[in-house]
Amino acid sequence: MPGPSQTPDAAREKAFKTELTALIPQLRAFARTLTGNAAAADDLAQDTLLKAWDAREAYQMGTNMKAWTFMILRNHFYSEKRRSWRNVQLDQEAAERSLMAVDDPLSPLALDELRLGLAMLPAEQREALILVGAGGFAYEEAAEICACAVGTVKSRVSRARKALQAILESGNYQRDGAPASEAMGAILGDAVRLGGLR
Amino acid sequence: MCDDGADAAPGGKMIEQRQSDMRPDIRRRPDPSLDEARLRQQALGVKLRQIFDEVVNEPVPDAFLDILKRADARQGEED
Repeated sequence: MPGPSQTPDAAREKAFKTELTALIPQLRAFARTLTGNAAAADDLAQDTLLKAWDAREAYQMGTNMKAWTFMILRNHFYSEKRRSWRNVQLDQEAAERSLMAVDDPLSPLALDELRLGLAMLPAEQREALILVGAGGFAYEEAAEICACAVGTVKSRVSRARKALQAILESGNYQRDGAPASEAMGAILGDAVRLGGLR
Repeated sequence: MCDDGADAAPGGKMIEQRQSDMRPDIRRRPDPSLDEARLRQQALGVKLRQIFDEVVNEPVPDAFLDILKRADARQGEED
């Protein structure tokens, strides 16, 4: 039992580690959406964990560790151009399969359509949308993570949303030729159902 | 934007002006496409979060925890 003899440094490191550990699921999720590939994502997230640990002296306790680690992850993703996660190709066959299989909005495959849409977005739009739309960051925080202006993040998010809507709609349209409004009804039904669960 | 004001100067238009004196925000034309757009955006947001949360809710692979354990061990050697 570490009593009062514990040095302030040791206590700080312990707190740092606890906070960092709690962020692992978020880091994995961010990496997954950036790479679109589970194995590559875990590689990236593990590298991030190590980098964050090695840089712990530079972190100011009490500031936003989530944003700090997301920034490390993102920078690592873009700097390591030769690494596998940069070369993950979209699996065209799987993509088409998932486009065929979205009839049932309750099916997990309905989400694959959105995953596919995400994968088709330019990386900068994808990351902006994920940070703001799923990661729970404010535009200002996302701007800091992406090292760009707040207005840039806003426009990237907006373009990403439009592009995804278009992709989702055309996917639904191609599938069965049903009017877009019907396809949308399915999406909305899904949303209402999920909304009830949250 | 405020076309009411532009028509106010010529005197002949006063009566028309009166009739359109209702506040601009009252003349809300129901535009279903706007609602649709908003709902669609909400639906997209819900799905995005679901994709993200699916990974968040996965159990953390041991490899991640091992990294931090090893970091501890490394530190122990340094001390």
